[in-house]
Formats: sequence, C-alpha cells, structure tokens
Amino acid sequence: MTIEQPKISIKNLHKSFGKKIVLDGINLDVAAGESVVIIGGSGSGKSVLLKCILGLLQPEQGQIFLDGKDVVPMSARERKKSLSRFGMLFQGGALFDSLSVWENVAFGLIQAKGMDKEEARIIAVEKLGRVGLNADVADLHPSELSGGMQKRVGLARAIAGDPEIIFFDEPTTGLDPIMADVINRLIVECVKDLGATTITITHDMSSVRKIADKAAMIFKGKIIWQGPRDDIDHSGNDYVEQFIHGRAEGPIQMDVLKP
Amino acid sequence: MNFLATIGTFVISAFASLGNISIFAYNAVSHIFRPPFYFGLIWQQMLHIGYFSLPVVGMTALFTGAALAQQIYLGSERFNAEGTVAAIVVIGIVRELGPVLGGLMVAGRVSSAMAAELGTMRVTEQIDALVTLSTDPFKYLIAPRIIAAVITMPLLVIVANTIGVFGGFIIATEKLGFNEAAYLQITVDFLEWVDIRSSLVKAAVFGFFLSLMGSYHGYNSRGGAQGVGRATTDAVVSSFIMILLTNLLITITLFGNE
Repeated sequence: MTIEQPKISIKNLHKSFGKKIVLDGINLDVAAGESVVIIGGSGSGKSVLLKCILGLLQPEQGQIFLDGKDVVPMSARERKKSLSRFGMLFQGGALFDSLSVWENVAFGLIQAKGMDKEEARIIAVEKLGRVGLNADVADLHPSELSGGMQKRVGLARAIAGDPEIIFFDEPTTGLDPIMADVINRLIVECVKDLGATTITITHDMSSVRKIADKAAMIFKGKIIWQGPRDDIDHSGNDYVEQFIHGRAEGPIQMDVLKP
Repeated sequence: MNFLATIGTFVISAFASLGNISIFAYNAVSHIFRPPFYFGLIWQQMLHIGYFSLPVVGMTALFTGAALAQQIYLGSERFNAEGTVAAIVVIGIVRELGPVLGGLMVAGRVSSAMAAELGTMRVTEQIDALVTLSTDPFKYLIAPRIIAAVITMPLLVIVANTIGVFGGFIIATEKLGFNEAAYLQITVDFLEWVDIRSSLVKAAVFGFFLSLMGSYHGYNSRGGAQGVGRATTDAVVSSFIMILLTNLLITITLFGNE
C-alpha cells in the first residue's frame, strides 16, 4: 500500500491558557473519508483541539496540515477560504437565535457563498428534510424548538454547504438515549452521503460504537491510545478500560476525589 | 509590600485593558470601511438605538429642561437677571445636557443590551459558529452596531435638544410668567452654529464609545451567565466614564479659548 496523504494531520500540537496546559503535544492523522471519534473526560482539551484546527484558537506550537498544507500560520483571508470546506455541529447547537430556522441553515450559503435567498431557502428546507424535520419548522425560531430538534437544525446547518470535513462537538450530550441514537444515525447517514471526513468528540460510548471508524483517547493533553473502533473493547490500556466502563476507580483520578 | 503589589496588579491590568480595547477599536474601525456592508443589520440597529430610545431620551430632556429653567430663574432672580433664563437654558441644553444626558440614557439602554446580546452569543458559541460559517464577527456583529450608533446618536440628540428647550419654555411661560414670543426670540438669538456643531460632534463621539464598549465587553465575555452579567455592568460603567471624559475634552477643545 502506498502512503496516502492524510486529510488532516496534527503534529506535536501545544496549547495552554495561562499556566494551564490543555494540549501537550497532540499527534493525530485522519485519512480522507474516515470518521475519527475522540473520547476523553470533561476538560481534557477535546473542544480546544477542534477549535485549534478551525483556527478559532491559535496554538503555541505544532502544525496542523490540511491536505498537506499547514493551516496554523494562515492569513485571515486564506483561513476564511479554508473554513468554507468545514462544517461544525456545536455542543449547544449554537444556533443564531435572532434568525429563523431556515435562515440558520442557509446562513453559510447566503453569507459565504453569496447565494440568493430564494435558492438558499430551497436548499435549507431540503437539508432540514435530510435530518427529519419538515418544512413547518423552517419559519420557527430556535428558541421554539426542543433540544433534540435544535441539534438536528445544527446538523442541517453543518451539512448545508456540502463540506469536505465535519466536526461534531458532543453531538448527543443532553439528549435522551433514543434521540441520541437518532442523531448518531443521522450523522452516519449524512457523512456517508457526503463522503466527508469527520472528527467527533464525545464521552458517549454508544456514539463511539455507532459512528467511529477509528477511536482515540485524549488524557491530560495527550493522545494516550488510538486504534480501530473494534479494538477499543480490548485495548489493553487501563485508562481506556476505565473510561469505557465508566469506573471511578482506576488510573484516571478525578479532582473531586482528591482530599 | 502587599500594598505595592495590589497597586502594581491594578496598574498592569488597567494598561492591559486599555491596550486590548485599543486593538479592538482599531479592528472594528478598519472593518467599518471595508466591504461587505450589512445594510439590513445597520438599519435594524438604528431602529434599536434611535427609534426605541426616543421615549426615554425625550422624557429625560423634557424634565431636565424644565428643572433647569426653574433653577436658573431662582438663581438669576436675586440679581434681577431673569432675562438670562432662555439664553442659559438653550446653551446649557444644546452644549452639554442634551448630548450628555442623551448619551448616558442611550448607554444605559443600548450599551448594556449589546453587551448582553454579544456576551450570550459568545458563551453559547454563536460567535464561533459565525466564524466557521466564513463570516467575520467584526463585520457582521460589531461594525453594524458602531455605524448605527454613530449615525443615530446625532439625530437623537437633535430631538433631545429640541425637547429640552421646549421643557424650559413650558416652565418659563406657564409657571414663571415669561412672554412666549420674547422667550423664543432670546432662545434663537443666543443659539450659535458652534453650539449645534459641538452638540452633534459630541453625540457622534458618544455613539461611537457606547457601542464600542458594549461590543467590546460582550465580545470578550467569559464564563457563563455570571460573565455576561459582568460584561453588561462593565459596558455601562465604561461607557459612562468615556462619555463624561470625552465630553470634557471636547468642551475644552471647542470652548476653552473663548
């Protein structure tokens, strides 16, 4: 097999806030079309990693290659162009509450791609249908929707521009198990349709089992284990074992247990 | 030692904020003059800032103008100089009270609202979402607010000045027994172009600072509901300080050599 260039390649990434080190030398490769799920406890730096890749945060050290091109030193204009290839589903949905549902979904199409409103609305309604929402909700405001519906609108917004790369930040957090499964399925279907490369961060093991091709665990700013999804149940790694079984006892000590 | 450390920390953080605000202001202003322009959003903000502030600004001006006329009458009566009431009211309102009180009322209403809205957008990741949708938050959120405030404040202050002078007129003619025509004649005679010009310049400057402070504190808010609350308070307090400070500077610059 020839060495294929990874879609996203992260090399020795460091990021800290003041004295607090959040990312301490992350190395991760994501192949084109692959779905990588990153697991890890709350505050382990998962969201920060995604924000560094998107350029929302500037890392202190390290490189992030996108199709072989380092995105860290990019100018604002180049970054804007590169961002149009991304879609992101935020943890809380992050829908614009001053806009209606369809305007949220069509936002990127209208603002970044300069599509006219009529056309964008048609696509928005189509994308809403894609995530199982009918045209009735298009004119509602996000505050009128339930949590699960907001997540679905967020998903529709993330896929609206047919992105090559999609990030999902805790897509099932705060949802009941059935809605979580609905979201997981939608993610798998949408990703398959688009052929997109995805990184999902979660601490929901059912998400890992449904969406991941590859899983990686982040702990104290480092990737301590990575491998194919099916290996996660016999990883031989104490940290991973403790995490997937949700035990309080083990090598990972929560601060709350310390005296 | 502890005492010195406290002062040192305070001074350093004060200079750091000043630097951050300056960088923020530079970014905001540079985005104001570069396309794309969001005219719909500017118009929406103008309605928010201007039209919906009319009642509160109008009332403030009316009552202040009336109270001013009453007090000047009581003061000038002792020197048999009642004739100066109209002149002092119009100059006091147009040069100082109209723009300053208008600015403070709008700051209380609008700067806080901007900080709360942008702060909530920050903590709910809506600002990050904007960036991922290839939209610059400075262009989409901040530039329209500043443009709208700078355009709207002078218009609002013209209304405030008119109502303020009218408030004085009512008290003077209805309660203090001034002749209506004579009062208006003195008002018109004493009002100069420089007064109106300073009033409008002040209004525009105050509009800039109150929207800048609202945007800055909201955009940089951290830490959930508490952070948004703090941003709102900081926005209003810093807007007030900037308005009073720049008012003094403009007054000294324009009238200090007369």
